[in-house]
Amino acid sequence: GGAYWVDSQQKRYVPVKGDHVIGIVTAKAGDVFRLDVGGSEPASLSYLAFEGATKRNRPNVQVGDLIYGQFVVANKDMEPEMVCIDSSGKSSGMGIIGQDGFLFKVSLGLIRKLLAPKCEIIQELSQLYPFELVLGMNGRIWVKAKTVQQTLIIVNILEACEYMTAEQRKQALAKLSGN
Amino acid sequence: VCPGDTSVLAGVYGPAEAKISKELPDRAALEVLLRPKVGLPGVLERSREQLLRQTCEAVVLGVLHPRTAVSLVLQVLSDAGSLLSCCLNAACMALLDAGLPLTALFCGVTCTLQPDGAILLDPTARQEQEARATLTFAIASTGRKVLMSTTKGSCSVEEMQHCLATAQRAADTIFQFYRDSVSRRYSK
Repeated sequence: GGAYWVDSQQKRYVPVKGDHVIGIVTAKAGDVFRLDVGGSEPASLSYLAFEGATKRNRPNVQVGDLIYGQFVVANKDMEPEMVCIDSSGKSSGMGIIGQDGFLFKVSLGLIRKLLAPKCEIIQELSQLYPFELVLGMNGRIWVKAKTVQQTLIIVNILEACEYMTAEQRKQALAKLSGN
Repeated sequence: VCPGDTSVLAGVYGPAEAKISKELPDRAALEVLLRPKVGLPGVLERSREQLLRQTCEAVVLGVLHPRTAVSLVLQVLSDAGSLLSCCLNAACMALLDAGLPLTALFCGVTCTLQPDGAILLDPTARQEQEARATLTFAIASTGRKVLMSTTKGSCSVEEMQHCLATAQRAADTIFQFYRDSVSRRYSK
């Protein structure tokens, strides 16, 4: 017996429970934020789903902010719901993503490749410049480096990684680090 | 996709948010838009859109994405005959490329019955005009079953069966073409 995992290249994201994604806040409706996660409907995020949030101590979230969270409810029949804490109540890296930085979209296959343990692309890039990186399973990547130019260079390399072979990538990086 | 000189550009969008008036509670709402090369879409385009929609609904697993909308937009770039089967092929490849869940692939084959009784596959516009009857079939990849058939003109039942058998054999070539295209696209 045995099960097959069939992986296909897609650009459209379908919410799955447990996936960590980057969402953009589109509206505040009472106690709940509406986030665009790139799926067929907006996801909801309660203001209490942050670490250390209480009814008196609300998180400072504005429309247009980026949030990194995970899905607790995501099936085809219901609206997806997200939280920014894990099962023990700690945020473990989730929450509002800071100011500056650059958000862009890639295909889902590239994200899965980047999330693999010991990904070569990330190791090679980190030797180039130091940078902060957030990968969302919905195809969104947020990058922040020390200067705007370095950020844009990293963005271009990550976007091009979709189609470049390992050889071409090493050549491109060697040219950049030589500069 | 272009057999000969007919070419159609197809794009699939979805599963995306559907308008409340259009959403179905248990499956994805499939919408097809066919734009001709010149002029506004007319009645002929509308009837082709419905044929394509019914064929696609038979293969797309809509139940996996309820209350969403899947849009298929086709633009005719040039028409030199066999337009409907070209649209069918383009639609199937677009659905494949978008990664939508499908139960089977399908392809379109057009055949014409000439006045002298000969059967021609993928006719040009001129051959279509001279023909006694033009039949278009949408054939599924699983077991070569017929998903859709449409006829223009008149023919007997045996002639239609004969055309169907010929079309099913031709479908093999088209499915092989799909395989080659997909493997070329992802082989990098």
